[in-house]
Amino acid sequence: MNQVTPFLRALGAVVWKDLAAEWRSREMLSAMLVFALLVILIFNFALELDPVGRANITAGILWVTFTFAGTLGLNRSMAVEKDRGCLDGLLLAPVDRTAIYFGKALGNWIFMLSVAVIVLPVYSILYNINLFQPGLLLVILLGSEGYVAVGTLLSTMSVQTRTRDILLPILLFPIVIPVVVAAVKASGNYLAGLEMAEIQPWLNLLIVYDVVFTAVSFMVFDAVVEE
Amino acid sequence: MTAQPKTLKILTVVTVLMLAAASLMVFFYAPLEAVMGQVQKVFYFHVAAGWTGMLGFFVAFVAGIAYLITHKHIWDIVGVAGVEIGLVFMLICIITGSIWARPIWNTWWTWDPRLTTATIMELVYAAYLMLRQGVEDPDRRARFGAVYAIIGFLSVPLTFFSIRIFRTIHPVVIGGGDADATGSFDMTAKMLQTFMFSLVTFSVLFVTLLWHRIRMGKFADQLEQLKMKLLA
Repeated sequence: MNQVTPFLRALGAVVWKDLAAEWRSREMLSAMLVFALLVILIFNFALELDPVGRANITAGILWVTFTFAGTLGLNRSMAVEKDRGCLDGLLLAPVDRTAIYFGKALGNWIFMLSVAVIVLPVYSILYNINLFQPGLLLVILLGSEGYVAVGTLLSTMSVQTRTRDILLPILLFPIVIPVVVAAVKASGNYLAGLEMAEIQPWLNLLIVYDVVFTAVSFMVFDAVVEE
Repeated sequence: MTAQPKTLKILTVVTVLMLAAASLMVFFYAPLEAVMGQVQKVFYFHVAAGWTGMLGFFVAFVAGIAYLITHKHIWDIVGVAGVEIGLVFMLICIITGSIWARPIWNTWWTWDPRLTTATIMELVYAAYLMLRQGVEDPDRRARFGAVYAIIGFLSVPLTFFSIRIFRTIHPVVIGGGDADATGSFDMTAKMLQTFMFSLVTFSVLFVTLLWHRIRMGKFADQLEQLKMKLLA
């Protein structure tokens, strides 16, 4: 118990720091949100979303939007740490470094979910479709967890490179393809009202991905920040 | 600069001879497949190249773990060597596959799990090289490379399964093909021998290339050190 409490306290401090900084500046969330809405707007014209066609591709549009907005957030979340030397300060803190990883990941997860919380009702209103279904929310929860688990690790690496924010999507997208495929299919099946037997394999895949990649990122995070 | 070890010289010669022998076997020893004809012969090197590519990525994965544990620079060199060789052979595998698929499936490409996974793997390891290019500090480059090689390799089976489930729910009609090349025809004894010999040949080729590449990596390091000395 003595081991766990300081770890959780450090983790909580990192999350709190990110949330407080975001609350004061509102830079990242507003950028992510506007960006997400723009993506939906562009899709509207690029794909000519007529009522018949869009029923099938809603899940795809949602996940492309989350994925792109997520990259924006991940980049930003690590770039502010790097720019003002905050990362070094964090690393100097006498806490377990995995607490920093989980803190950052949890913060990113919260930001991604916040984007979803606003995009879903807006999309529902714009396209007259009810997206507030428990199944879909579960998929978003699971999918974004896997996404930020890998994303936090990779963005920690990419901010330390010369090419920085260009590099993150190139590193991240090929790795998160299973998440995107599974999340799109699971969301689509929920929206189409298919039976659980059709959805279960995708949920299983998402859970496996989440467990594997959270565990591995947790194990290798030390190697990414050590100097 | 050290001379090539004798074993490596012999290995290189043996590899060349084996490659020649394997090519001869493919064209003259293995019988013609009854339905597909000549184009089926691409299969021997296609599968062998895919196997070698996977071997390369697996070596990079293991080298990544080894580097993170031991922090010995040699593992970084091994990792890059594995990725570079893997990239080349996976590309050979994709191209030979396309050549075969054109007459057999009547299309160069289909979004089947194996094809898609192979392509995504190419993208993962291309990203690996770009990541390394962006980092100047050799120690950090090695650490990042190791981490990405591990993460990338772990994502491959999940990618494969995700696309396989994807395709079983929505089967692809175009091409009408089962990607399982070995399953779509029965191999005769001679075919099997040719196939096995190709696999062994490509594995030996892999070892030879890896060895050469690791030596090259060491030389590059020496060169870097000499440059530093000169500048200091």
